[in-house]
Amino acid sequence: MKPAKIVRAFYNDDDVLLSAVKTIKENKYHIEEVYTPFHVHGLEKVLGLEPTRIAIASFIYGCIGFAVSILMMNYIMIADWPQDIGGKPSFSYIENMPSFVPIMFELTVFFAAHLMVITFYLRSKMWPFKTAENPDPRTTDDHFLIEISVSEVTGKLKKILKDSGAVEINIIDSKEH
Amino acid sequence: MGSHYEAPIRKPLVIGEKSYHDISVDIARPIEGRANKQWWIVFSIALAMFLWGAGCIIYTISTGIGVWGLNKTVGWAWDITNFVWWIGIGHAGTLISAVLLLFRQKWRMGINRSAEAMTIFSVMQAGLFPVIHMGRPWLGYWMVPIPNAFGSLWVNFNSPLLWDVFAISTYLSVSLVFWWTGLLPDFAMIRDRAVKPFQKKIYSILSFGWTGRAKDWQRFEEVSLVLAGLATPLVLSVHTIVSYDFATSVIPGWHTTIFPPYFVAGAIFSGFAMVQTLLIVMRKVCNFQEYITVQHIELMNIVIMITGSIVGVAYMTELFIAWYSGVEYEQYAFLNRATGPYAFAYWTMMTCNVFSPQLMWFKRLRTSIMFSFFISIVVNIGMWFERFVIIVTSLHRDYLPSSWTMFSPTFVDISIFMGTIGFFFVLFLLYARTFPVIAQAEIKTILKTSGGKYKRLRDSGKSLTGTGADKRTSVINKLNK
Repeated sequence: MKPAKIVRAFYNDDDVLLSAVKTIKENKYHIEEVYTPFHVHGLEKVLGLEPTRIAIASFIYGCIGFAVSILMMNYIMIADWPQDIGGKPSFSYIENMPSFVPIMFELTVFFAAHLMVITFYLRSKMWPFKTAENPDPRTTDDHFLIEISVSEVTGKLKKILKDSGAVEINIIDSKEH
Repeated sequence: MGSHYEAPIRKPLVIGEKSYHDISVDIARPIEGRANKQWWIVFSIALAMFLWGAGCIIYTISTGIGVWGLNKTVGWAWDITNFVWWIGIGHAGTLISAVLLLFRQKWRMGINRSAEAMTIFSVMQAGLFPVIHMGRPWLGYWMVPIPNAFGSLWVNFNSPLLWDVFAISTYLSVSLVFWWTGLLPDFAMIRDRAVKPFQKKIYSILSFGWTGRAKDWQRFEEVSLVLAGLATPLVLSVHTIVSYDFATSVIPGWHTTIFPPYFVAGAIFSGFAMVQTLLIVMRKVCNFQEYITVQHIELMNIVIMITGSIVGVAYMTELFIAWYSGVEYEQYAFLNRATGPYAFAYWTMMTCNVFSPQLMWFKRLRTSIMFSFFISIVVNIGMWFERFVIIVTSLHRDYLPSSWTMFSPTFVDISIFMGTIGFFFVLFLLYARTFPVIAQAEIKTILKTSGGKYKRLRDSGKSLTGTGADKRTSVINKLNK
């Protein structure tokens, strides 16, 4: 059955938030999302989020950049238009490599950094003219929001949230969401 | 919470009774308020300088490089001096945000945003000079590795000048992306506070729809860390490659292997001095004394002192190696620097860069705001002269004594340099009015560890749990219920 209600519990302290997340999880409620104004250390651990693989992606992008730089300079300097400057002929990539190292490095960094950031923006759905999806403007100031989806709101859930230190609880239909 | 522990001996990085909400309010204040008279005065002066400089650039391009003071012997002078000076200044931003992030230096959070802004703006100024010096800037795309329309000629990947093109464009674009990614949560904070629809619209576009989900923050932290790891060798590579422009040539005084580390240290030295100049003014004007504290200034002074000492050692090494090499040309180049017609530039450089930072050994001096400001200006003058000394004194004594000459700048040389200073300040002043100039989301993460209020609470044995609440926002809660 599709959850019919979304409960939004607001907190105004990061330590309270962490213990609240623990309590809610212990009581087997499903936390849909947590919105915070800053990075709360340890939150992804108590939420049980998988580690992000974006650093691995960046490493792969860096390898691509490294390969692109070698292919590009090999084609331009060795294959397409070899020159003999001052008795130093450019007929072999490996022998001429020392002067190609700076650009091999720069392009590795260029690819690794930019493609990683683009990946981050797309995976987290961020681009110019994108409308923000945080349900309450206070979550970028000093409030922390836990979103829980349930089929019906029980008094037990309300009590758990209240005891965990929530300062405000809003209930909405998930259709509105 | 144990995770918020910090040794009591460490001084607070955010002083006063700041709560999370206070940080939002304080950082948003300069953006939400109106510019005062002083801002308009300084902005007008900067804009006038910029426009005058722009006019001189147009004059240079339409008439030719002959309007500068260059001659057959001294073919590089103020243009490249200014270029290296601006690039050097542009090193502190990434150093603060990347290297200090890797070293987990929390004090960087008060200053990294403005330092990065300064980096981007100064690299933009630096980039102008090679473009103008081309004489025909509309052919600038010839530096890009694309097949040439006039035959199958390519750019030369053996040339340090081309390495520079790649290094600087990578540096500028990566710094920009690093800066902007860090800005997203702060733009989102401004967006969510904005009352006027126009402001809200602008800041929603700028914030790219930042939402602040737990997963976003997890990725944000990882991206910041990886970017810092990438930017650290990058920032070192940029000035290394700039130094190759000189070090790979066979001009006495340029052809030295010490150049890369020497240039990088000098760049950090001048960059920190410029950060110091800007932030000492900004903390006062924007009322950020509680976020950019005397401790921040002191730590920056220590970096200035250390890098200044490295630069001093490099100067001495150069002299020693010139003597030790036994090469007459090399020996003459250095003797001529210290005693020749440009001795004034050499001794200005020595005084400003080697002597003045040593005063920072005195705690009284390095914690004095006025003195720090003064030294930061002195250091930047010194670092400009360093580049002038390296470039002009090495060139003006050619191998043929009949070619020996002097360089004197024309009004166009001077105006273009002044113009870039104006342009830099135009950008920085606009930034200070429209951007969150302190990384507020990052400051909030260290508030419970390093905030004055929380340090006191912890030291008196109280728990920090639940202390994030702010009276003002809690009142709103009750009204909404």
